[in-house]
Amino acid sequence: MPTVSMTVNGKSVSAEVEPRTLLVQYLRESLGMTGTHVGCDTSQCGACVVHVNGESLKSCTMLAAQAEGADVATIEGLANGDELHPMQEAFRENHGLQCGFCTPGMVMSALDLVQKNPDPSEQEVREWLEGNLCRCTGYHNIVKSILAGAEALRG
Amino acid sequence: MKPAPFAYVRAENLAQVFDLLDEHGDDARILAGGQSLMATLNMRLSAPEVLIDINHIDGLSDITNDGTTLRIGALARHSQVLESADVAKMAPLIAQAMPHVAHQAIRNRGTFGGSIAFADPAAELPAVSRAIDAKILLQSRNGTRSVAANDFYLGLFETAMQPDELLVGVEVPGIADGERTAFLELARRSGDYAIVGIGVQGRIDGGTFSDMRLVFLGAGDRPILASAAADVLNGNPHNDETVAAAQAALDADLDPMSDLNGPPEMKMHLARVLTKRALTALAA
Repeated sequence: MPTVSMTVNGKSVSAEVEPRTLLVQYLRESLGMTGTHVGCDTSQCGACVVHVNGESLKSCTMLAAQAEGADVATIEGLANGDELHPMQEAFRENHGLQCGFCTPGMVMSALDLVQKNPDPSEQEVREWLEGNLCRCTGYHNIVKSILAGAEALRG
Repeated sequence: MKPAPFAYVRAENLAQVFDLLDEHGDDARILAGGQSLMATLNMRLSAPEVLIDINHIDGLSDITNDGTTLRIGALARHSQVLESADVAKMAPLIAQAMPHVAHQAIRNRGTFGGSIAFADPAAELPAVSRAIDAKILLQSRNGTRSVAANDFYLGLFETAMQPDELLVGVEVPGIADGERTAFLELARRSGDYAIVGIGVQGRIDGGTFSDMRLVFLGAGDRPILASAAADVLNGNPHNDETVAAAQAALDADLDPMSDLNGPPEMKMHLARVLTKRALTALAA
């Protein structure tokens, strides 16, 4: 089996995997990083959003082999020890999650938004989230959380 | 494991792609952005023996503008096309359609060439390519040929691309002075494939239509150029009577199939609604 190597949350990692291994499976099953969730396997739900080389994408429709040499960021890389990242803190403060399944993807998508647009309007947040589905339908508080997180990150 | 087993090759250059296509024929699939292909593999709707990853081949991602022709490389990501000032200036219909293509995380990965080559009849970019008279550039070991978008789409997910060819780019003539564009679609959720959509490019000089091109997505087995409706519009004033005549002429242009969204009658109704809205937007 081929060996696939990349950087995940700043650490070099390497694992032998079958070519058909999806990036999300590599993260969850080879590296044991189960923060990134699998919802639909078909690029629709956004639960598996991670950043690859600085851009958000769906890790269920990218092969691990395609991320060879890439710089990957996941939800596990955000907190500094026990101290939550400001976007995570905003989700906690604003009750931006119900069951929590979509949350990692929501947070990673939100961070891609604020790196491109540090001061988004509510409408811009709502439009940005079109690729992230919350089956609890808790969108209002997710939007509130992202606006608060963006504000905290602006300082 | 979600997909069935396959071999994976990260191609370094085009010669290697052509060798692999020769060797494996129909058992190989080209992997670009993977936003359609990987989903079908995960659902095991497709089980190729070899995936040929073209993402690392140099020179396939560029968007260039020589002042008369815009060239979009096959590997240009949707987000790159959406942000391109050259695309907005030379091919505004592409820029207008692009926000309707899925959503950000998919646009960061999905490619312009992949969408054209996949030829989904409900997708935005194949339809737009017909409305703006794009040329599809197909390269094989024997050289590169250019196929007009009007001759490229042959049927449901079927194109003029041969098994030994790779789609390497798309050329678009820059929009002429005075031409206007409008793109509209109806979808159940933002970012979904359209139930029906329309792209329009043409002129309204002194209130009179000319050079009109109307193309529909989600209204047949391929993107459909509505030439009967365009004939009705050309030379006539923008008023209720002309719009109604163009709406009626769609009977000659469209023959939509029933799908999960609804029956042909509903699609015809929506196509007429969109026609009126698009012509109003064009005149605004």
